[in-house]
Amino acid sequence: MSKYYLFQDQKRCIGCMACVAACKSRQALPRGPFPSLVVAVGPRRVGNLPRTAYTFMPCFHCENPWCVAACPTGAMRPRTEDGIVTVDPDLCVGCKTCISACPWGAPQWNPETGKAVKCDYCYERVEAGLEPACVTVCPTKCLYFGTPDEIPEVRRERYARARAQDL
Amino acid sequence: MTTENVYTICGMCTVRCPMVAEVENSNIRFLRGNPNASGMKTSLCARGVAGKALINDNERIRHPMIRDGQRGEGKWRKVSWEEALDYTAEKLQKVVDQYGPRGVALSDRGGPFRDFHRAFLRGLGSPNYVNHDSSCARNVQHAAKSVSGAGRKEVAYDYRNAKHVILQMRNVFEAIGVQEVNDLTDAMNEGCRLTVIDIRANVSATKADRFFMVRPGTDYAFNLAVINELLTKDLYNKDFARKYIQDLEALKSFVKDYTPQWAEKETGVPAAQISSFVHQLAKDAPAVLWHPGWMMARYDTTFYLCRSIYIINALLGSYGAKGGLPFVNKPKDAGYSGLKKFMDLFEKPKEKRADGVGWRYTHFDEGPGLAHLLYEAMETGDPYPVKSYIAFRHDPLMAYPEPDRLRQIFDNLDLLVSVTFTWCDTAWYADVVLPLSPYLERDSVLAAKNAIQPYFFMRRRAVEPRFDTKACWEIFSGLARRLGINELAYDKIEDVWNFQLQGTGVSIEDFNETGMVKLTEGPVYKDRDNLKFGTKSGKFEIISQKLEDLGMPSLKPYESAQSPPEGSFRLTFGRCAQHTQGHTVNNPVLGELVPENVLWIHTDAAEKLHIENNETVNVSNNGYTEQIKAKVTDFIHPEAVFVLHGFGHKLPVESRAYGKGLADNKFMPGALKKWDPVGGAVALQENFVKVSKVK
Repeated sequence: MSKYYLFQDQKRCIGCMACVAACKSRQALPRGPFPSLVVAVGPRRVGNLPRTAYTFMPCFHCENPWCVAACPTGAMRPRTEDGIVTVDPDLCVGCKTCISACPWGAPQWNPETGKAVKCDYCYERVEAGLEPACVTVCPTKCLYFGTPDEIPEVRRERYARARAQDL
Repeated sequence: MTTENVYTICGMCTVRCPMVAEVENSNIRFLRGNPNASGMKTSLCARGVAGKALINDNERIRHPMIRDGQRGEGKWRKVSWEEALDYTAEKLQKVVDQYGPRGVALSDRGGPFRDFHRAFLRGLGSPNYVNHDSSCARNVQHAAKSVSGAGRKEVAYDYRNAKHVILQMRNVFEAIGVQEVNDLTDAMNEGCRLTVIDIRANVSATKADRFFMVRPGTDYAFNLAVINELLTKDLYNKDFARKYIQDLEALKSFVKDYTPQWAEKETGVPAAQISSFVHQLAKDAPAVLWHPGWMMARYDTTFYLCRSIYIINALLGSYGAKGGLPFVNKPKDAGYSGLKKFMDLFEKPKEKRADGVGWRYTHFDEGPGLAHLLYEAMETGDPYPVKSYIAFRHDPLMAYPEPDRLRQIFDNLDLLVSVTFTWCDTAWYADVVLPLSPYLERDSVLAAKNAIQPYFFMRRRAVEPRFDTKACWEIFSGLARRLGINELAYDKIEDVWNFQLQGTGVSIEDFNETGMVKLTEGPVYKDRDNLKFGTKSGKFEIISQKLEDLGMPSLKPYESAQSPPEGSFRLTFGRCAQHTQGHTVNNPVLGELVPENVLWIHTDAAEKLHIENNETVNVSNNGYTEQIKAKVTDFIHPEAVFVLHGFGHKLPVESRAYGKGLADNKFMPGALKKWDPVGGAVALQENFVKVSKVK
């Protein structure tokens, strides 16, 4: 598993897709592939209020990535230094096996190159000390990038604050 | 490879967020927010991010063009800038010679970068500058003036320190201003409550603590009940009222019958909910921000709705308060002289305005006038002929109702010029198209932001223009030089900036580090014990003598909103976070995110019409029909249907937007003449459409 973790605080997310636009823009992708996507489900009635779930879906950079196991050419592989799963365009033959293998639809098809493309946590930005594109531009700062031991305690804190108001 | 950070200002919508362009080898590598501006962090919205796609788009206008065939036929001749500017200047001169300078009009979309082109019009001698605001926030502006004696921008919206934010006809989480969104989410994370009042559950409503789905057109009734409850239950801020509110007794007697029980019948919101909401407001006051609205060109009495919002803010003591609507500081409040204005180089034209503002209509602001009344003058020649029109970054054929009728009106013009960075219907109908460099490719005049912490800011071009396009100051310099307005003939942006900075003590270099020059150390809130209002009484006025003198009531009795006839629906429209009306629909990235609009229709109404979710349906009005996919939902009021504005493009040069979705402004017969006589804005949501199954 990659040593990094990307956490979405759904309560803050407004589904504005700035992350999605930044991702496509950074990778200069044509119409079609979405290496990250916010999927909005709703509005539904929750209690007396309309609620929409905005779920951010990048690549999870698994410990045991099925896309890597499925890739016949070795194009799809975790980077040794940090475990970020990337696809090497020179080795990718466009067989789409990774797209079939991933349970979450993370690898995407680039119709211009005829190869797979995916979220790579913007490792070049990360190596330069920056955050991934999606996290950088997020207008509500609902996305956090870091290591798993740094996952913000936002939910616990929010819950505690709400309880404190009731006391 | 070195990356250069260029501090500049976004131009994808009218918010104009401070941003940073990371540039490598003269190419834009990445765009992000400018963290030096309060509330920006590194954030940008999807539209801001898609600025790179705009630059790379080959479907934008690449060079100046002069029309060859009939207007709107789409036959163009590619010309040089020399020829385009010569042609435009000659035609303008001809109109000036024949009809006087008043025969020339110019419109834009408002904002901080107007000084240069407005000075051009003034230098020519014409009073006929208008902006888009009569299809936007004019009712808000005039409501603000009627109570406080000052415009709507005299106060800021202090989301970051608010305890309760109320959005009514204002959709912060979709019509995104990045600073507002960051500040509001931060405040909400610390317990700030959000209340949304709307005819449908927009994205803001999906984040709200309270959501009131009101019957369309009844917001004013809702607000009158809020005022009633505040006053009759003694929940208002008495210190503030005693000190600053003039004619409170008149208000008390006016609202006495507008109880929550009464409002329940009009709005559909249970009285008990209105009452408990008002009690919560009183607890959260004065850190309450009831937003007075942006796009309020909705109903023909929206002026009074805006006024009621200001009155509620005053009753809560949040008008002028931290966490509410604090007064902004201007450069001179911070000890700086303001930027020197090009406008001041010329005398204000003595000629009366063609739209009648200032003489026929004395209660309206003269500054940006009322565009729909300018168009009327173009049609009738009353008070005089207006024969040439420059639409600058403005697409009235998309922004105003009745585009076909507007085209007929434009047929009276000797010259129609479009200055634009994307294709739009007005450009397609123009005689000359002068392509503006997109914001990442152009420098703009310097601008000042009046705010709790005021600042000067600079839009600097990040990259050279890809195509044969120019910045606005270059275009209007070129025209000025040809028309003998030598004061505006500039060759270098630095000379433009240096002119503006005279006497400020600030230099161009001061913008290098962050793109802005802050004029105070930190936020400065004005002393609430010594507030001064710009009214005659110096107080917040419930009764406006100016309106009363004109026979217009300051407190207008509520008239019940019209329900649609059986089988019809009130047509409403709005925004999404991915588009800025029509001008982003063809953007390669944004057009992919939201390629078309859909028709929101209530589940019960759809059932009666046997319409399924996602089914293509007919929308008709007065014999005109278009088709669109239905979104069947419980979260819109049964009397209304809703679409995103800006779709239904029919220009062959926009391959991605062509034929996608429906254009709401084609379903508003007679609407150019339907406007709020007190607030001045057109009433765009007073139209009813029929929806039917496609047979």
